[in-house]
Amino acid sequence: MSFVFWLLAAITVAGGLAAVLLKNLVHCALALTVVFAGLALLFLQLDAQFAGFAQILVYVGAVAILVVFAILLTRSSETPKDGGVFSRTWGAGLAISAAVFAVLGWVVLQSEAGLPREISVPNVTVLQIGNALMGRYVLPLEIVALLLTAALIGAVIVAMHEKGDAK
Amino acid sequence: MLEKADQLFVLLRDWVVGFLPPGWRDAAGVVLGVIGIVAVFPGLFAITTVLERKGLGRMQNRIGPNRTGPFGILQPIADAIKSLTKEDIVPLNADAVVHFLAPVFLVVVVFMGFAVLPVGRNMVLVDMDASLLFYFAMGASTEVSIFMAGWSSRNKYSLLGAMRAVAQMISYEVPLLMSSIVVVMMTGSLSLVRIVEAQNQYTWGLPHWYIFTPWGCAAFVMYAIAATAETNRSPFDLPEGESELVAGYFTEYSGFKFALFFLGEYLGMLSISGLGTTLFLGGWSAPLAALNWVPSWIWFFSKVMLSIVVLIWVRGTLPRLRQDQLMNFAWKFVVPMTLLNLMVAALWRFLGEGWARWVVCSAILVIVYVAAGRAGMRGKHFGPRTYRYAE
Amino acid sequence: MTGFATPLTGYLLVAALLFAIGLAGALTRRNAILVLIGIELMLNAANLNLIAFWRYLPHPEALTGMMFAIFSIAVAAAEAAVGLGLVISIHRHAHTTDLDEMNRMKG
Repeated sequence: MSFVFWLLAAITVAGGLAAVLLKNLVHCALALTVVFAGLALLFLQLDAQFAGFAQILVYVGAVAILVVFAILLTRSSETPKDGGVFSRTWGAGLAISAAVFAVLGWVVLQSEAGLPREISVPNVTVLQIGNALMGRYVLPLEIVALLLTAALIGAVIVAMHEKGDAK
Repeated sequence: MLEKADQLFVLLRDWVVGFLPPGWRDAAGVVLGVIGIVAVFPGLFAITTVLERKGLGRMQNRIGPNRTGPFGILQPIADAIKSLTKEDIVPLNADAVVHFLAPVFLVVVVFMGFAVLPVGRNMVLVDMDASLLFYFAMGASTEVSIFMAGWSSRNKYSLLGAMRAVAQMISYEVPLLMSSIVVVMMTGSLSLVRIVEAQNQYTWGLPHWYIFTPWGCAAFVMYAIAATAETNRSPFDLPEGESELVAGYFTEYSGFKFALFFLGEYLGMLSISGLGTTLFLGGWSAPLAALNWVPSWIWFFSKVMLSIVVLIWVRGTLPRLRQDQLMNFAWKFVVPMTLLNLMVAALWRFLGEGWARWVVCSAILVIVYVAAGRAGMRGKHFGPRTYRYAE
Repeated sequence: MTGFATPLTGYLLVAALLFAIGLAGALTRRNAILVLIGIELMLNAANLNLIAFWRYLPHPEALTGMMFAIFSIAVAAAEAAVGLGLVISIHRHAHTTDLDEMNRMKG
């Protein structure tokens, strides 16, 4: 396993930990951006250039901004007044996620024998991706288009000021 | 001999790299390319600042800076010395780490965008299959740094400026991408090198630049509007309007960090002009087949500087748009026009060669543009001014 | 640190760790927006898993893994938008985003 992989993995996991542990919400959102960037670099390490650039374009360029806007519009960037930032039932949550990680880790390490060895680098061009999107995957593409339109209209309606509402 | 002038920098790099052992040659070539980019584009930035101040001055009926050197051309050096020696004030309440990282992040991301622009024949730093996608990914990342700058200053005006800037940049990402998609569609590749090579052909001595086609001209106009808005230039510079918001999201920055923001903004302008040149104006190809003896990189930089001059000209001429006016303009006018342009470009491909497709496509675009413009103006009343007072 | 037999194992373990971290964040924090951040982390971990399997399994030219990941990115962006719209709308109604206080169905 190369040094670059370990470095990127360390950055990504550190960013993830920061995103769920920090008190200031905007710092959490910025740590989330670091996670997204680290993941995009991991995708590039895996020779999936299109997925990596799409990850930066969509996640860092749009979803991170969305999270930050939501934090500012709901005034959550001010420090909480009482009780701290963790909910009352934090112990159960931690136990569950530790159990999930244990199960997943055990499965991965146990099936090492069945996992394939290093194979040659796939040479995927954007032309192939385009042909696949318009050929084999055209139905999912159209459904995702419909879904995005519905999500767009739905998000606008949900977050809109209603008539007669106190502003 | 002319071939050598054209490939001057490539040959220079190969000669320097030849002194090293074979294992090191690739990495050294890349490092030399990076040094070239870091040297050339900030140099162009310096020229742009003088050009802007003198140009705007003349348009406003005054002389620009004329004390430092003949015609003020040593002004950038004076500006550099000033910003390097000014005190770096960080507000007490500001979030120091984020405050420091914001300009660094901006400059890094903007420099990454330069890596995929084909500056001349065989002169790209990185030739990727999806280089246009990489460029837009880097462009989208600049919004995060603007938000970081505005929020970390703990200043209402900075935050307001940052929110406005981010909203504006996100709104104009869509027309920027959509007008570039037309070029990708007609070329059949996302690679910028391939796009320039497709425009490097000549019929009767005239080039095949995309700006000379109806859909290309419309796409170029929309790209120019979106690019002006993306880089927060007038008439879309409400986020940093000096008369409204002090200085917007970089109010609390002084000294070297302000210089970095300034550098980042102007480099963004150069970068997006470079992309517009590559997509629509033929990149490094010469305007007439007879002029191919001039080196390709001279053509590229001339076209980029021409775009910069037009940007400065527009800044000096048009008034500023209000925030809601510019968002309205983006979503209700420019985006539908880009969609129509996509369909017209497809029609262009399917009508086959000949004069018919020129007439049909131009007619569709012009008629819809005029009709949409007239329809948009119908609701506006231009009578005597009415006032609405704050309660 | 080469205790792993294949490169694939390393990627799968990182993805599992990121998934667990996201799950912990979604389950233990009080603010509704952090739950959404946790969900985004989980979706990203799943994407990493998909791309890692695409790269190391036979027939990568079928592009299945990469297509799955790209569609997942698109759907996750839509879901983030709707979720954050909901959080903003709830904040406007209840003036808080604290999940511990939203324990009644009556609005």
